Amino acid sequence: MSEKKTNRRDFLFTATYAVGAVGVGATIWPMIDQMNPDASVKALASTEVDVSSVNPGKTITVLWRGKPVFIRRRTQDEITEARSVKLEDLKHPEKDEDRAVNPEWLVMLGVCTHLGCVPLDQKGEYNGWFCPCHGSHYDISGRIRKGPAPTNMEIPKYEFVNDNTIKIG
Amino acid sequence: MSDHEYTPKSKFGKWFNDRLPLLTLANHLTEYPTPKNLNYWWTFGGILTFCLITQIVTGLVLAMHYIAHADMAFDSVEHIMRDVNYGWLIRYIHANGASMFFLAVYIHIFRSLFYGSYKAPREIIWIIGIIIYLLMMAAAFLGYVLPWGQMSFWGATVITNLFSAIPLIGEGIVTWLWGGYSVDNPTLTRFFTLHYLIPFLILGLVVLHIWALHVPGNNNPVGIDIKKPSKDTVPFHPYIVIKDGFALLMFMIVFAFFVFYTPNILGHADNYIEANPLVTPAHIVPEWYLLPFYAILRSVPDKLLGVIAMLSAILILAALPWLDTSKIRSAVFRPLYRQFYWILVADVLILGYVGAMPAEGLYLLVARVATAYYFIHFLVILPVLGWKEKTLPIPLSITEPILGGSPNLATIKNKESLNN
Repeated sequence: MSEKKTNRRDFLFTATYAVGAVGVGATIWPMIDQMNPDASVKALASTEVDVSSVNPGKTITVLWRGKPVFIRRRTQDEITEARSVKLEDLKHPEKDEDRAVNPEWLVMLGVCTHLGCVPLDQKGEYNGWFCPCHGSHYDISGRIRKGPAPTNMEIPKYEFVNDNTIKIG
Repeated sequence: MSDHEYTPKSKFGKWFNDRLPLLTLANHLTEYPTPKNLNYWWTFGGILTFCLITQIVTGLVLAMHYIAHADMAFDSVEHIMRDVNYGWLIRYIHANGASMFFLAVYIHIFRSLFYGSYKAPREIIWIIGIIIYLLMMAAAFLGYVLPWGQMSFWGATVITNLFSAIPLIGEGIVTWLWGGYSVDNPTLTRFFTLHYLIPFLILGLVVLHIWALHVPGNNNPVGIDIKKPSKDTVPFHPYIVIKDGFALLMFMIVFAFFVFYTPNILGHADNYIEANPLVTPAHIVPEWYLLPFYAILRSVPDKLLGVIAMLSAILILAALPWLDTSKIRSAVFRPLYRQFYWILVADVLILGYVGAMPAEGLYLLVARVATAYYFIHFLVILPVLGWKEKTLPIPLSITEPILGGSPNLATIKNKESLNN
């Protein structure tokens, strides 16, 4: 064709391709989305933990959504240490005040932000946690200080239901 | 292809072959002209086919007894080991078979590197091979998760978390892969499905790999193009069949040694502890065949860059036909490349060793140097070598160096008259 004019046939082709693409997309999406967390997995979204038996200087680990959550009752020394760190020294600057609203209790996901291993308690060069997989060191506030992990250990959404019970999620 | 017209002898054979030319295919495979100087490094293609079939057959049997459920998988594997008739044998063949498969594929790949088998006109064979290799790694990883031991669980956690390095969408992809917020039952069931699927994808790609091979024919230790069929070739059957068969027997002795005498030496003791999402084993390492890439991952102190480096280390191989600028295929005639080749072999072995060691101190330093060298080999040394290297004179045919000595005019003339 010498003229570049849109005719009925071009319109029909474009419309057919467009409808076809929408159809293919609508067919593929359920196949992809079925792999996302299902209703039964999502239903297990929160956990309540009784922390009355945790002594200062001890950590308990509870399972929340299949992941370990560290609940550490920190000693006064540890709180002082965590709060005295200068933000300039941190790879991922976060104040301890923001991470542990109640300074005595540090509640965080016990999952290394590098590749998801569970760091070991009271190990490493900063007296916090140490990940045995690839050597990330965390301080007593769970902040990354050394090693390949990019960010601090995550603080989940939690609240004190009463003095002895923490609700995670 | 050996393209003389083939006609089956029997009347029925002819009738059938006219409708579905299977007999023509069988004839092509038996008559297929192969260079007569192929050495034992060329027998690993056949050995790899054997490995694939072994894995598929034993895997099929294991799937009859295995239960893909987070609460039952570990026990079902022990059930296979203790209760199922010959279950121990079948599982040990399957588990060690994966290692044997990788052993053979590494020899196969390094043979290609030495003799320049990836160069034109064999780039597509090579790239299909790299895809097969990637699928093998995927299948091996998925399979390692199925027994649901500690190494299974934490290996799955670490490897799936590699995707979390992708900016913005990474976390979403990881959740999608897991089907939850951690590696759990939904992860196990989908891994089982994919582990079952991938070998058949590999089988299909192997057919393409061989098909693509049969277009230009085999490379050979001398690395020159040969006329097919000619004095330089022998038919695949019986010459190569016998040679491949003998090599396969030798390989099976090694295979059987592992299965019967040290069936767990290539595994990790922690995988006989059931998966526990609360405790990471003190020292996690992947299977030996993934160690060099693991070392590369750990040698980069940044999460995203580490993952990119590891993937690049594999994908760079696909670009090899274009990175290697030398016109000469075989390292036999490339005195400098030959030395760099062995340095690369040593480099990969060193990476494998430090990959098994803790990522600290001297090990980390060595891993970093070896990682840097790995990329320098492909990105700098190979392209430069193609221009700078003074190669040795290549013979005109496979037969010539033996019958005619070094290239001289008489043999060339003689050859030309033969060819015409």
